[in-house]
Parts: sequence; structure tokens; C-alpha cells
Amino acid sequence: MSLLEVRDLSVRYTDAEAVSGLSFGVDAGESVGLVGESGSGKTQTALAILGLLPEKAAIGGNIAFDGAEIVGASERQLDRLRAERIGMVFQDPMQALNPYVPIGKQLRRILLCHGTSDGRAADQRVMHMLDRVGLPDPARQFRAYPHQLSGGMRQRVMIASALIADPDLLIADEPTTALDVTVQAQILELLERIREETALLLITHDLGIIAGHCERLLVIENGRLVEEGPTRKLFSEPQSPHTRKLIDAAPRLDGALPQPPETGDIVLDAEDVSVSYTEREGRQQLHAVQDLDLQLRAGETVAVVGESGSGKSSFVRAVLGLIPMRAGRVTFCGRELAGPVQARAVEMRRDLQLVFQDPAGSLNPQLRIEQVIGEPLTVHAPDLDAKARRKRVAAALQRVGLEEGLLRRFPHQLSGGQAQRVAIARALIVNPRVLVCDEAVAALDGSVRRQILDLLQREQQATGLGIVFISHDLAVVRSISHRVMVLYLGRLIELANGAGIFGRPRHPYTRALLDAVPVPDPVSPGGRLSLGGEMPSIITPPSGCAFHPRCRHAKSRCRVEPPKARRIGDAQVACHRAEELEL
Amino acid sequence: MSVVARIWARMRSSKTVMVSGGILCVIALLAAIGPWISPNEYVAADFGNILRAPTLSAGHVFGTDDLGRDLFVRTMMGVQVTFAVALVASVVSLLIGVLYGATAGFVGGRVDAVMMRLVDTLYATPFIFFVILLLVVFERNFLLIFVAIGAINWLDMARIVRGQTLSLREREFVQAAQLIGVSTPRIILRHIAPNLVGVVIVYVTLTIPQAILIESFLSFLGLGIQEPQTSLGKLVNDGTDQMEGASWMLLIPATLLAVLLLCFNFLGDGMRDLLDSRQSR
Repeated sequence: MSLLEVRDLSVRYTDAEAVSGLSFGVDAGESVGLVGESGSGKTQTALAILGLLPEKAAIGGNIAFDGAEIVGASERQLDRLRAERIGMVFQDPMQALNPYVPIGKQLRRILLCHGTSDGRAADQRVMHMLDRVGLPDPARQFRAYPHQLSGGMRQRVMIASALIADPDLLIADEPTTALDVTVQAQILELLERIREETALLLITHDLGIIAGHCERLLVIENGRLVEEGPTRKLFSEPQSPHTRKLIDAAPRLDGALPQPPETGDIVLDAEDVSVSYTEREGRQQLHAVQDLDLQLRAGETVAVVGESGSGKSSFVRAVLGLIPMRAGRVTFCGRELAGPVQARAVEMRRDLQLVFQDPAGSLNPQLRIEQVIGEPLTVHAPDLDAKARRKRVAAALQRVGLEEGLLRRFPHQLSGGQAQRVAIARALIVNPRVLVCDEAVAALDGSVRRQILDLLQREQQATGLGIVFISHDLAVVRSISHRVMVLYLGRLIELANGAGIFGRPRHPYTRALLDAVPVPDPVSPGGRLSLGGEMPSIITPPSGCAFHPRCRHAKSRCRVEPPKARRIGDAQVACHRAEELEL
Repeated sequence: MSVVARIWARMRSSKTVMVSGGILCVIALLAAIGPWISPNEYVAADFGNILRAPTLSAGHVFGTDDLGRDLFVRTMMGVQVTFAVALVASVVSLLIGVLYGATAGFVGGRVDAVMMRLVDTLYATPFIFFVILLLVVFERNFLLIFVAIGAINWLDMARIVRGQTLSLREREFVQAAQLIGVSTPRIILRHIAPNLVGVVIVYVTLTIPQAILIESFLSFLGLGIQEPQTSLGKLVNDGTDQMEGASWMLLIPATLLAVLLLCFNFLGDGMRDLLDSRQSR
């Protein structure tokens, strides 16, 4: 008999059925992946197993855990079950942890709630758990508040709290979606390590993660199980077209690189851009970006890649004039762009457009889609009459692959992918020369992401649009970038064309980023951990080469002397040992 | 226009809002036409019916006071004053408060600092002291009470709107509008203001009862409305003098005042709930 047996589970709300007729089992010690796009019912299934669904949800079917029925169990029984048998890790650890209580105390409470009466023994056990999940200096972190930890560390604490009562089953719902790729690799490695003692139900939309970490896969679509089987078999011979689609949509590190444009004038030229933030209390200058250059040609895509805190967003926002530059010069087609964006001439503001990460946040909730997309026209083509404007808006909507019926809707009535298309339509309606995408696909599902990237590429080929694409994930940018710029702590690490970055990376950090990418291939899944620790804070940057504390190739010179970026072949690399290293 | 239509649609779905709003409308209608259709005048004394309890036969449905004046007409007149105070309070806090707060929030920097310190200073002035000062400088005047209420009523609104504007200013759709080239006044009108409407409406309905209470309080102290004109606060004051012999003189205006305050408060609470549920959805 399986440890967890779900039979014919259905979850129904008044207006829709979230899960219908779902049956599967998880054996003791097994690791099972539950894969589906957002809205497919993954999280609803997890909540049903934990008995945490809201009261208005109607649940049908059976869920047996170790023989005991969960559906319809009393709150008391569920409490015991959740406390002792099933652990849960949520997507966002910041919301799952109480911000007012030190983490040690939070974990201690779990123990004191069931059984452990000895305070000191509880403290010992908490310390041991924190150590096991890889929290450095557990005795000190015991007293830390959640906001004092980084995202990766918080997720480790969540895992520790889920494991502290020795559960038989751990449910992890998108545990790494909010994290950088390198940190994601660390967390996945941790989950891999704890697999010896508990069964794992890993819920995700990312097949790359699943490929390396699960024995068996369940693929669900619209609340129904569409395919189930051993991971390897599912990847090599998927039966259902939906599985096929998910595998195809996952970003990979092989396949053809895009052809760079033959010629093209430099449209955007940023030189020696530096950005500083002033800490008010300490009167301290934080150097978020230091001396970065960017040349973008018409029809070219340059990716700016780095972990969170690498300064990639600050850099492009300074170039766009949304935040002040400390030093540097930006020219657009030979004309200098100075000052904040509000001070720039209106004609100049047509050519540079930005697409944000969070599509919902970048659309005014009070305006209809028609007004959102039409707004640039009111500024740049004010003599257009209402009829002509409506025609242009409809055309723009069509251009991004949306139906005209959406024009009368409000932003909250759209899905994430639709909203992002609207944001792109708004940016493209005035035919800009340069489009900056700030993590524009990070919040989207695999297949939707693919469509958006294809859309951008099509636009580029049709109009010679220059694209600056910011991302924390090298695999995402691979299929569209002609050149890639890797940043670390606001400094340039490596700048090279696609073949250089993906074929012959010259900087250890670039290598580490590539290794960390999970690949949807169970034979060689990637997601390897070749980088310990986390990015240091810009408040206390390391001496010498900023990357040296995490670099396994660091020599004494790296600790004292900051490397200057220099040209090696086609690439620019900032590493003292770039020539000698074979990465 | 679409914002108003949507808020109206949401209001209709809430029982609290519809019931309290309905009661307010009925009272307002009564106050508007009551004195007009009543055979009695608010200053005319009916010497045959001094301190008469509520009766239909003598034509005094709410009774009369110690000077024989019809209480129904006087109470409705008090309600009129109350609604006038509510109107002045909401208009002042809407016009001055919203504009002042939105300007301070959006412009930011030194302008913001100076503007908000002025608000702090006004906050720190003791209210009664301020009213007495007004009375000393100007003559006793019916309008003074509106000036006094208006002067303090916009302060809270200015603070709240400024806070909202500060956070709205950082929102990505505002940045997107700046990149597109939308001018600053247009950004305030099209992107900031519509997103303020929800908070502003709720806050206005919450400041109205506050203003009504202040008026009643001032009239009760004798600093507000002067004889022979009257307000609910003044009627309650008169009623307390005759509490033992003529309880209706206290009970009727006091009940009306309480009902009005409750309705305005419920209306505000209901509106706030509506807007919260929209955010969480």
C-alpha cells in the first residue's frame, strides 16, 4: 500500500472545477513530481492533501495517508497529521514565516507543540536542523528575524521547519520559483539530500527541475491527470501532446543559437555608467553599478544576466533615465540622453521603451486595455481621431497575438501571459527603436514564455528592433540573445556573443551560472552546484575581485587587485586568470 | 466615468451600504421638504401648546419646546445644518485635502517636507483654542463654525492622499507612462487620481461623522449656531435642560443624531470593505 493514496480527487468552487478525477499514489521514500502550468490545479491538490482548502471548496473523492482518510477528517486529526506526518514548503518563504518572531523561536514552537517539553532539548534540535539545511552559523541565526536572511536562506529555514518533526512526506510547492538559479541549485541539492528520510512530492511548472530530482512524474492539465510514469520514460517517449508541449517549452542549453544581424548601426550607446544609492543613516555610498558599457545595434538582442543584486535592473533603469546616474554618458543615435526621463523631449521618449517583469503591476488597473494600449498614441500621435486611434490599437493587439474582444476588458481580467502581451503592445505601438525587457518572462509559464520570446523575435526581424533583455537565467536568454553580458555586484564579469558565453565561457562565474541551469533531460539534468555561498551585499563588497570569495580558482592576486575587463578574442572578461583557466 | 459606474455596481452588492445609504436619503428628503410642508414656523411660538408632548391632534408630531416652538420643524432644521456641515466638510477635504496631499506626494523632496510640516503645525493647534480665537477676532457668525470645521478637516485627508500618492508614484504603470512621454499633470489626472478614488471616497464618508460631532459639540458649548437658528447639537443641549419634564426634547434629536452618525459610519465601513475585497480578489 502506498504512503499517500489519492483516489478520484475533485475540488470544485462555485464557478469552476479546479481538480477533477485525480488519482495517484506516493510510496514511502519515493520522490514524485507533479507538473502542470499555472491554473492546472497543482496547488489545489497539495492543499487538499493537507486539508487546508478553504471552506467554500467542495471536495470529492478520497485521500488516504498511511491508511487514514484525510477528506472529511476532523480539524484535530488534521492538526496531528500536519504536525507529525506531512511537511510543507511553500513558494514564498517570506510569507510563510512570521516576520516578528526570530526563526529559531518559530522552529522551537513546532517542537513544543507536539511532545518535546524540554526547552533545551528543543533548542538543540532546532540548531541541529538549521545546521543540516546548510544555514551558516546556526547558533547566531537562531536569533535572526526572517527579513535578515536572504531568500535562499529563508527557504532553507522553511525546509528545516517542515522537516523538524520528521515527517514521512514532504510536499514542496514551487520551492525555488522565487529564487536565483544558483540558489535554486543549492536548494534542490538540499532536497536531494533529505530524500533519504522522507518521501517527496515536488510541485512545479519547471520540467528542468523535475528531470534531475524525481523518480516518477505526474503531468496534470486543467485539473486532470494526462500522463504518469517514470521520469526517464516520460521524457524520452512522452505519450500525451501536453507533456510533449511542456518538454518543448522548457528552456535548454543546446540547439541553434540565433544568427546575429549582419550589419546595423549602433542605436543605443551607454558608456561608463555608474549608479550609487545613498544610505541615509550611514551617509554611505552604495555602488550598485560600476562603469558599465553597452552598445546595442539595430536588430540585435543583448542579454544582461546576473543574480538578484547584481545591478542589472539599476543599470538599464539608469540608461532609460528612470533613476539618476552618478557618472556616465548615454547616446541614442548620436544624440545625448541626459537627465531624468521626465526632462527629456517627448519625441526622444518614443524610441526607448520598457517591458516590466510584473505585467499586472505595469498596467493601470483603472484603465481598459484599449486605453492602456492607446495611451502612447495620445502623446506621440495627438492628431489621430478616435476612429483612427481605435484602428491602430486593434492592429497592435493583433500584432501581439491577442483578440480584439479583449479591448474592453480591465487588466485584472487577463491572464499573466495576456497582460504581458498587452504591455508589449503598448511599448510597440509607437514603433520604438529599442525595447528593454526587465525579466519580462520570469513570471510566466514555460509555454507562454516561449510564445512571448517568439513574439519578440518576430518583431525584431520585421522592424530591426534592438532589444536589451534582462534575466537571471542564462537558459531563458539563450534562444534569443546575440550577445550576453554577465554582471556580478554591479561589475562586468563577461561580455561575449552567444557562442562564446554558451560554448566557451571564460569566467568561472559564467561557468557556474551555466552549471546551475536545470535542463529538462533526465540523463544529464544540469542544475549542478558549482558555486557555494551567496552574492555578498553591496554594503560590504569584497576586496579585490568581487567574485573571489566564491571562486574556486581564486589566487592571492584575486583577493587584492580588482581585475579590469579586457578583450580576449571576441569576448571581454574581467578575470585575472581568464587565459589560463579551462572551464 | 467607468470608475464611478464600477463603484456604483459594487455598492449595490453590499447590504450595509445600501441600507445605511437609504436611511440617509430618507432623512435628507424629510429635512428638505419637512419644514416646507409643515404648517408651523421654526420661530413661531404656539402659546397654547408649551412643552406639549408629541401629538398628532395639535399638529406637533415631535411635540413643542419650552417656548412653544414646533420641534418637528426645528429638528428638521437641525438636520439641514448637519447635512450642510457634512457637505462643507467633504467638499473642503476633497478639494483642499486631495489636491494638497497629491501635490506634496507627487512632487516630493523639499516641497513635500515644507507642506507636510505646515499640516503638522495645524494639527498641533488646540481646536477649542482655535475656535475661541476665531470668535474673538471675528464677530459671532453662523459661518464661523464652517470655517473652523473646514480648517481642520482636510488635514487627515491630505496625509492619507500623500501616503497613497507616494506609493502610487513608484508603481510600474506610472514609470511606464513616464517612459512613453505622458506629461506630469496628465499622469496625476489619469494614473494617480483614478487610483486614489477608492481611498478618498471611503475617507470622506468617515470624516463626515467627525465633522457632525464637532458641530454638535461646539453648539452644545454655545460656540456654534445661535438662536433662533438651531442644530441637532443645540437641540440636544436644550433637551438636557428639560430632561425631567419633557424627555422628548432630548430623545428625538439625540436619536436622530445617533442614527445619522451610525449611518455615515456604516456607509464608510461598508465602502472600505468593498474596496478591500476588490484588492484581495
